[in-house]
Amino acid sequence: MPSLGTGALLLGLVVCFYGIGASIYGARTGQDRWIESGKRSVYALAVTMVCAFAVLEIALLSNDWAFNTVAETSSVTTPLFYKAAAVWASQEGSLLLWSLLSALWSSLALFLVKGRMREVSAYATAVLLAFDAFFIFLMLGYANPFVTTHPAPVEGAGLDPLLRFPTMMIHPPMIYSGYTLCIVPFAFGVGALISRKVDAEWLKAMRRFALAAWIFLGIGIVLGARWSYAELGWGGYWGWDAVENAALMPWLACTAFIHSLMIQEKRGMLKVWNASLVAAMGTLAIMGTFLVRSGILNSIHAFGGATLGVPFVILIAAMIIGSIYLVVSRRDVLRSEHRLDSLVSRESAFLLNNMVLAGLAFVIFWGTFFPLISAALTGQEASVGPPWFDRYTVPLALVLVLLSGIGPVIAWRRATIANALRNLRAPILVALAVCAAVLGTGVSGKPLAVVMFGCAGFALAAVTQEYWRGTRVRSRSTGQLPPRALLGLVRRNRRRYGGYIVHVGMAALFIGVAASSSFQHASEPTLRVGQSLKIGGYTMHYVRPTASVTPKYDAAHTGATLSLGAIVKVTKGGKYVTTLNPAEGFYDSGEPSQGSVGHLIGGQPVSHVALNSTPLRDLWAAIAPDITAPSLERILKAGNKAIPVNRPEEAWIVLGLMGREYLRHTPAAQFHFEVSPMVMWIWIGAFIIGGGGLIAIFPSRRAVWRRVSLRMPAPVAKRDRVPA
Amino acid sequence: MNPSRKRTIRLIVALTAAVSLASALIYTSFSAASPALTPTQLMHSAVPGRSYQLTGTVVAHSVRHEGEVLYFSIRDRKGEDSVPVRYTGEVPDPFKEGREVIVTVQKQGSEYIGERNSLITKCPSKYKAAPPAAARKY
Repeated sequence: MPSLGTGALLLGLVVCFYGIGASIYGARTGQDRWIESGKRSVYALAVTMVCAFAVLEIALLSNDWAFNTVAETSSVTTPLFYKAAAVWASQEGSLLLWSLLSALWSSLALFLVKGRMREVSAYATAVLLAFDAFFIFLMLGYANPFVTTHPAPVEGAGLDPLLRFPTMMIHPPMIYSGYTLCIVPFAFGVGALISRKVDAEWLKAMRRFALAAWIFLGIGIVLGARWSYAELGWGGYWGWDAVENAALMPWLACTAFIHSLMIQEKRGMLKVWNASLVAAMGTLAIMGTFLVRSGILNSIHAFGGATLGVPFVILIAAMIIGSIYLVVSRRDVLRSEHRLDSLVSRESAFLLNNMVLAGLAFVIFWGTFFPLISAALTGQEASVGPPWFDRYTVPLALVLVLLSGIGPVIAWRRATIANALRNLRAPILVALAVCAAVLGTGVSGKPLAVVMFGCAGFALAAVTQEYWRGTRVRSRSTGQLPPRALLGLVRRNRRRYGGYIVHVGMAALFIGVAASSSFQHASEPTLRVGQSLKIGGYTMHYVRPTASVTPKYDAAHTGATLSLGAIVKVTKGGKYVTTLNPAEGFYDSGEPSQGSVGHLIGGQPVSHVALNSTPLRDLWAAIAPDITAPSLERILKAGNKAIPVNRPEEAWIVLGLMGREYLRHTPAAQFHFEVSPMVMWIWIGAFIIGGGGLIAIFPSRRAVWRRVSLRMPAPVAKRDRVPA
Repeated sequence: MNPSRKRTIRLIVALTAAVSLASALIYTSFSAASPALTPTQLMHSAVPGRSYQLTGTVVAHSVRHEGEVLYFSIRDRKGEDSVPVRYTGEVPDPFKEGREVIVTVQKQGSEYIGERNSLITKCPSKYKAAPPAAARKY
């Protein structure tokens, strides 16, 4: 099995080198068979990567501890669901996932552009295969997932308990899909620049891939935020951590590209900008992978002690230098076909939107890499915290939300100020009404939050107005009822109206962010059973403790050996609201030196957060029970002393005694309570954004018909062909 | 106005705005940044009232809770010098003795006060089993 995996990697590397050579030779000599052969190399690579991935997955599911990767990330007690996901819990497995997804998305891209952009796709094939070769080289040279140990250990270390959360199954593949999809437009951009075919064709072909990358990265980011909120026990969803920022930067570049490519498609403008954005998307995606793999910046997510920094720095340097060279050397063919007609136009709004997005990406880039910049310039490593990020990102986010309302209602090419104001009258009134309503509730001291509510109201009103006008016109012209007319409107122009839905989602998301970050109440009290705490108008009453002692039936189904928690009754104004059951799970460390009982709970403790969500507020609770209380320590030490490590059944009984002692003589526990308004709107907004993105990514029926009819000559034309 | 002159003026205005914003960004990042120091460096160079990012390993048997306050000591990664920290706020799940942490602190007298909610746990064994040295002993 291990040799099959390594063999697949070696074969993959050979296929990559062959494909790169064949594609470049085919493009240079104009021989289609070599270009086709290069493309088929990508399909072959996808097959070899599927084989390699399957080998590791089978090893995990069959508990093959001979594989180092399996022994380090799984164990007999790890639930099956998490065993399957453990493949990307390790450095080695993550690299394999990257290669697999990259090969699959590359295959799809080349399949979809077959018969078009022959020369561009030939160079793109070479670039895509070069990325795959790089990652396979990393696996073979630095982090091989198929390295084995003989004799094999009798048990694995188990998946890190922090990763035992359902999102583990989806979040990493989503982020990696986003990163690998960012590489596809990058490769085609490089192909277009090398072959000097920088018309809108490659952009049109890549729009869907940029949008897919944007959707996947967005889903991954939001799932990560949700994971952080519901699992990590700190009650936040975003901390400006280096690895969080790493995924956000390419997402921002994607967002800018999705908007600016429309200007090139419609007006032949911004060619240099679009080529630069595509280069930035690809480079930032690799940089994101680099941040996680290299451990170069302090982050809870980073793989520390990793050795992949140097190869990644070389790759990133090559991408940046190569991209700059290509853009500068092709500036003659990248000239704009038109100029900006007026500052009051949709092009200007898009341009401003791009500048804001680029500004956001730059601020985040600077803040994220500031420790390295500071060390290089002053010799002293220093870092900036969330307040610094907030100082710049909040005003930029306000402008962005405002523009998401202005863009849809302003005309292309040239609009008059009077006309623009007429279209914006209703949204402005709504924004003012929202601000007045928020201030009317007695909110004070949070001006930026109030402005954000106003901007979001403005954007929602502007988009609603566009939908309303479009539906009314369609309903009048076709005689359809408004709901059907609305459906027809979206169907006919999925791209436009899908985009507007995304704007609605963004407004909802920012409402959630502004409300929850500005008006949150938090407290970390130490409570004994029977004690209460008042927070944000709610009373949290610690009713009784809870304890469960089996690896199979802990409340969160994560394989915790011992779970200690609390029943907390929540009331408001004397009326019952809900009951929360926060707990902390303790896990087997697999380390016999901790003793027969000690190792069962000596692993990483993890909070199992209790959450009660409504659209208006979240009640969030976590607990850190005192497992080192003297009465519990006494039982633990006695158990360790009396029971040898090779008699686990008796150790479990001692663990049961500890649980019972905790219920009888409960020590004071440290709680963390939060009352946060409107957090649910962040997830609802993200859901709407994803839905809008999906609507926009699928071609309208007319576009499919047009493309198919272009490829297939009409049979009647063949029959009626006049002989020469 | 001549269109080409108009474009030049627009370009100059845009570039001036971009350069001004970038300068503000760079200036504030240096003025707002907290230097990252080890416990030994902190003991020798800390100035009261200034924030520092303290990086090191949580000393064994130094962690204790008193109400909402968490007391612990941080030592150099490779050394014995340690500084006591008094911290309130969110404590990440992976925080425990023997683990590498980063916390923003200010010197107040002989104490180092941790900035609220600034404690980050750096986990060198992230995604892998804890090495025996870092494991909890009973």
